[in-house]
Amino acid sequence: MVGILSFGAYIPLWRLNRRAIADGTVGEKAIAGFDEDSITMAVGAAVDCLRHTNREEVDGLFFATTTSPYKEKLGATTVATAVDLRRDILTADFSNSLRAGTTALRAAVDAVKSGSAKQVLVVAADCRTGEPGSNWELNCGDGAVAFLIGTSEIIAEIEACYSVCDEMMDVWRYEEDRYIRSSERRFVIDEGFLRVSKEAVSGLMKNFQLTVKDFTKAVIGLPDPKVQATLAKDLGFDVKTQLQDSLFSRVGDTGAAYSLMLLQSALEEAVEKDRLLIVSYGNGSDAIAVKAREKIGNRNNSRGIRGHLEPKKTIENYVVYLKRRGLLPINRPPRPLGEVGPPALWREVDQNIRLKGGRCQVCGTIQYPPQRVCTRCHSKDHLEKVRLSDKNGRLVTYSVDYITWTSEMPIITVVVNFEGGGRMSCLMADATPDELKVDMPIEMSFRKLDFREGINIYCWKCVQVR
Amino acid sequence: MMVSIKDRVAIIGMGCTKFGELWDKGPYDLIVEACFEAFEDARIKPEDIDAAWFASLVSGFTGSRLSNALKLEYKPITRVENFCSGGLHALGNACYAVASGVCDIALACGIEKLKDRGSGFSMMNTEPADSSKTIPETPPGNMFAQLAIRYFHHHGWDVKEGKRVLAQISVKSHHNGMLNPKAHIHREITIEEVLEAPIMFYPLGLYDCCGISDGAAAVIVVRADMAREFREDYVLIKGLGFDSGAGQANLRDDYDPAHIQENIEAARTAYEQAGIKNPREEIHVAQVHDCFSIHELVLYEELGFSLGGNARVDVEAGTFALDGKLPINTDGGLKCFGHPLSASGLRMAYEIYKQLQGKAGPRQVKNARTGLIHNAGGIIGSFNAAVTILGRRD
Repeated sequence: MVGILSFGAYIPLWRLNRRAIADGTVGEKAIAGFDEDSITMAVGAAVDCLRHTNREEVDGLFFATTTSPYKEKLGATTVATAVDLRRDILTADFSNSLRAGTTALRAAVDAVKSGSAKQVLVVAADCRTGEPGSNWELNCGDGAVAFLIGTSEIIAEIEACYSVCDEMMDVWRYEEDRYIRSSERRFVIDEGFLRVSKEAVSGLMKNFQLTVKDFTKAVIGLPDPKVQATLAKDLGFDVKTQLQDSLFSRVGDTGAAYSLMLLQSALEEAVEKDRLLIVSYGNGSDAIAVKAREKIGNRNNSRGIRGHLEPKKTIENYVVYLKRRGLLPINRPPRPLGEVGPPALWREVDQNIRLKGGRCQVCGTIQYPPQRVCTRCHSKDHLEKVRLSDKNGRLVTYSVDYITWTSEMPIITVVVNFEGGGRMSCLMADATPDELKVDMPIEMSFRKLDFREGINIYCWKCVQVR
Repeated sequence: MMVSIKDRVAIIGMGCTKFGELWDKGPYDLIVEACFEAFEDARIKPEDIDAAWFASLVSGFTGSRLSNALKLEYKPITRVENFCSGGLHALGNACYAVASGVCDIALACGIEKLKDRGSGFSMMNTEPADSSKTIPETPPGNMFAQLAIRYFHHHGWDVKEGKRVLAQISVKSHHNGMLNPKAHIHREITIEEVLEAPIMFYPLGLYDCCGISDGAAAVIVVRADMAREFREDYVLIKGLGFDSGAGQANLRDDYDPAHIQENIEAARTAYEQAGIKNPREEIHVAQVHDCFSIHELVLYEELGFSLGGNARVDVEAGTFALDGKLPINTDGGLKCFGHPLSASGLRMAYEIYKQLQGKAGPRQVKNARTGLIHNAGGIIGSFNAAVTILGRRD
């Protein structure tokens, strides 16, 4: 029996009030910080999913997104490295489709079933941009989810998958497109969303001898809550009690992560024996049946969707969003942070991406970055590496820099002490100066430091504990 | 078996340019002005120099910058670099050379043309994470802001209270700067102006931060037993203390960032060499590294001028004002001169030199017989601190 061992999510702290975009709109959408992208959010979700699990046992990572920062560079390896997985694992990016998340889920199930891998982490994240003033801009939200797929101690079984593919220019982006393109709305809804999804669902039911009555709830990841309701009704579900809430008024449509995000929401409410119908759409449709098992209550301390809806910080100023998305032309580029030499970046992957410090095996002192010569006892080459990214800590001191010309000002530089030992100088993300206090509790968050010469420089910053 | 440098080297000449935004002066102009003032002061010719040490962060990569400016032909010249303590390191090396006897007369010069590069200089190496490409380099104001936050926290002061203590230091230095024609900034300020000034690196505001300036200074040293040939009122090197931090502040989680250990260690060495046991009494005038007002505040304690953690008490009592018990930064400090990194240490030495010779004019400290210069370059935890103690020949 193959299924979900644990799950996790990451939704940025930030929300944009939709009224900042247009009058008469409702709710908020989640928006990434200026230092976040699909990869950083994916890491956040993966970390949430893997709390208190043994990362050594994960031997596969599938990363699903339509907004990878690179066209030719695996995002899965960055995520796997940041989460400190082994090197000898199966990695792949699933992209170019809004159903990439469920496709990756199916592929993970197949990999585990076939024995190709034992535990596959499926991570989906998206950070799509709609043209300013468009419906897409109103509806799209940023976020990520992660599911660990395996065979023992599962909390929900992935019972059945059925997919259809469909060649149609309904919603797409060409190579250089910044914004989402879509065809005439009724064409897309009727011939795309509804017709193709129904085909997949019907195929699932037929092939696995299931009917609507066998399902507790429909989880429909279509890019429009009204269309979700239409499909649910057409399939025979009661829209009031059997359709998973779309999260539109609080998060928005999170692209390739969307269906999986709604699935996670549903699992957070599910009880044993609930069977969920997951429908996703993107040049075809995936229909998946998931059944909650006895251990469904085991949340493994992950925050999941619930734990990321609050706390939140709402932005009322549209210009902040435009700047974060890089949509405003600028004359004076921000001051460069970090360095982009590939050999140095590669050499320092352990300390920068895996956030490994070193523990001196002679005197026990933890130091970051790892040192050849111990800072305390001066022994040479007796350091064993130790992961610091999952440690909590406290602020030792801080400063707020109003002068350095950076992408978003002011920039907060801090010194943190980790629980269990070790100290690090780093930046603090998502904080405002009035929140800062010596000794305040912090945790680490994977972020983007800078971008130059075609290279994203990733780093770990600290944030206030959520 | 190490011997103290005390009384083995003498300064026979010094020069210092005006500091400021010197748009119309290039590096050669500043080097020539500072060094020729020193040559004239020592009554020697450039050819008399046997060796030179040249300190600069942005205005010359090799010693040939100095030889080209001064037309010193085929003399040994070494560039030294230690960020803000470069100037004192150049002096220190010159002292060791003449003390060893391999040189008779040595020159040290420090110079920066920071204003050619807009906002000064791109930032420092981030030791101990030096090659780590993801620990951000941001201006030094940030680490001194962190020092202030932690120092205030240590004393239980809220930020407003702490800023008021710092403000008095800046007011004092600005007042002194008014009396120095070579300073960049001539402006009296009030405590209120300091407190209301825009924040640069919270909690430090505009008047807590030294400016960005151009400038150069130079010094000529000889072995002490030769000094009389050049002048009667030569000034003796009493102690040289240098140290480099090994990153302890950033690597050790039990290092309290309310202090800077490198300052303490460098001072300890210098005092030992000079035979000084009670700095508060035995030092009569000092120029210390006031890149940010908080640094001057902690230095009062770290250099042994304020005892028992009572720097605030001394600030409020005016102990370090021009008319106080131990005047500090009598020439206006980095605050009013700005901070052309490698020139600053020698500019400070110039003031102490003039003070000990009784030539400091309206800034003269009565009966100044022993003076101290302090610089610290780099980042906290990996500072290259330098303390130089000078004394009158009697």
